[in-house]
Amino acid sequence: MNWLNAVVDGILLGGLYALLATGLSLMFGVMRIINLAHGSLALVGAYMAYLVTEHIGISAYLSLIIVLPGALIVGYVLQRTVLERSLRSGELVPLLTTFGLLIVIANLLQEFFSPDVRGLNPGNIGNASWQVSSTLSIPWFDALVLGISIAVLGGLHLLLKRTQMGRELRATAADAETAELVGVNARAVYARATAIAVATAALAGVFYGMRSSFDPTVGPDELIYAFEAVVIGGVGSLWGTLVGGIVLGVSQTVGAQINVQYFALAGHVVFLSVLTLRAVAQSGAVRLSWGKP
Amino acid sequence: MSLLSVEHVDARHGLLHAVRDVTLDVAEGETVALVGANGAGKTTLLRTIAGVHRPSSGRIRFDGADVTRLAAHRRAKLGIALVPEGRRLFAEMTVEENLRVAAATRRTGPWTVDAVLEVFPLLKPLRAKRAASLSGGEQQATAIGRALMANPRLFLLDEVSLGLAPVVVEAMYESLDDLIASSGTTVLLVEQDLGRALRAATRVVCMLEGRVVLEGAASELSREQVTEAYFGLRATA
Repeated sequence: MNWLNAVVDGILLGGLYALLATGLSLMFGVMRIINLAHGSLALVGAYMAYLVTEHIGISAYLSLIIVLPGALIVGYVLQRTVLERSLRSGELVPLLTTFGLLIVIANLLQEFFSPDVRGLNPGNIGNASWQVSSTLSIPWFDALVLGISIAVLGGLHLLLKRTQMGRELRATAADAETAELVGVNARAVYARATAIAVATAALAGVFYGMRSSFDPTVGPDELIYAFEAVVIGGVGSLWGTLVGGIVLGVSQTVGAQINVQYFALAGHVVFLSVLTLRAVAQSGAVRLSWGKP
Repeated sequence: MSLLSVEHVDARHGLLHAVRDVTLDVAEGETVALVGANGAGKTTLLRTIAGVHRPSSGRIRFDGADVTRLAAHRRAKLGIALVPEGRRLFAEMTVEENLRVAAATRRTGPWTVDAVLEVFPLLKPLRAKRAASLSGGEQQATAIGRALMANPRLFLLDEVSLGLAPVVVEAMYESLDDLIASSGTTVLLVEQDLGRALRAATRVVCMLEGRVVLEGAASELSREQVTEAYFGLRATA
């Protein structure tokens, strides 16, 4: 490993974080729901892929044909049955609801899949890399994930900007009541947004599962990375999410280059620094003259 | 038969009883002005008709069908369009996007983006501008245009002149008169300016403290009569 390689690895890893963060950002942007179960839903995606690969015997990539529509349905039903009710009771209730969901999901996964560590097979591409020079190699799998992440964000961007569904979504996010007045079914829009969010989470979860092993308790870890990517990139901005993911990824790999133990820590430190700087910037000027009359 | 019937409707904001036992009929093609002092319940009544405020009792019929329990977006699809108080544009979306959101009603008719821009030519150079960057008059034109995009059968206008320069209001009402006359749309409008209300409408309904206290053809009511009802002078005298 060297510094250049660390940065490149970090950028590629950022693709996975951005994918993980997209749905979190979308749900917050549209409904102001901070979905604490987001990482757990990504994990559910990984377990769905695991089930499909075990029972049907197709590759983890092909399993997406089943996992993604499944996740869309899970998201839609989740919104219509659970989140919609909690949204009606104020802003904090969804936070509690999704926290509860996080625990329920972890326990259900434990019940059905046991606490054993599982993994998804990334296939040949998992070990292949492109040797650019003696000091720089680019792993194909990570490059693929970054590419898919950019494609998903680009697709979402086009959906939001160019289609009637996108306009309805943005209008509802801005002012649900007024959107209703011009014929938009806000609840249906919310359900579609959650469906898309859960599908992107599941997609990220499947790639996460191919990259590293997982067990029923890793949902919150995935949530933290997604959350940090969203905050670093700026809440509610799709491309900001990609930037946030990449900043987080690079921080981690560069941190690990200094000392292997600094991998997660470096990411958290950068996240906290960005958060602090933003708070300072928002409060206007720092009062340097305090204490004086 | 009337296009809209409001039957004994009561509406509350928590403890505040904003609309009290209001019964009101609006016939197809009519232009009705709803006047009254601040807090008389006009805005709440319009919002109740549009479906964004739930009445605590009473019934609302539109074109014969009971719509009391229908969600706002379903009423919009039936042809009830409200230009809300304070305009309520989607600030981060462009003028054109604001207009096109209303395609959600899936109602077809004379009103398209181009038709709206014909009626409000001031919007033509602004169609790609963010709504938040517009002046008050431009925003109000966009808000009216957005409601028109739903090709409404019943057009509800809530204080479209509020906070606008008199010249702008004048121009706005001129285009409104034209489009009302040409499309035969039924209109229920809230207006603070009594003179304007009496000129624009065929019928005037005056509310006081949540109740309808005076109702009559605009041509038969004198300004004095309306003013009395407006301030509740008869009640105290």
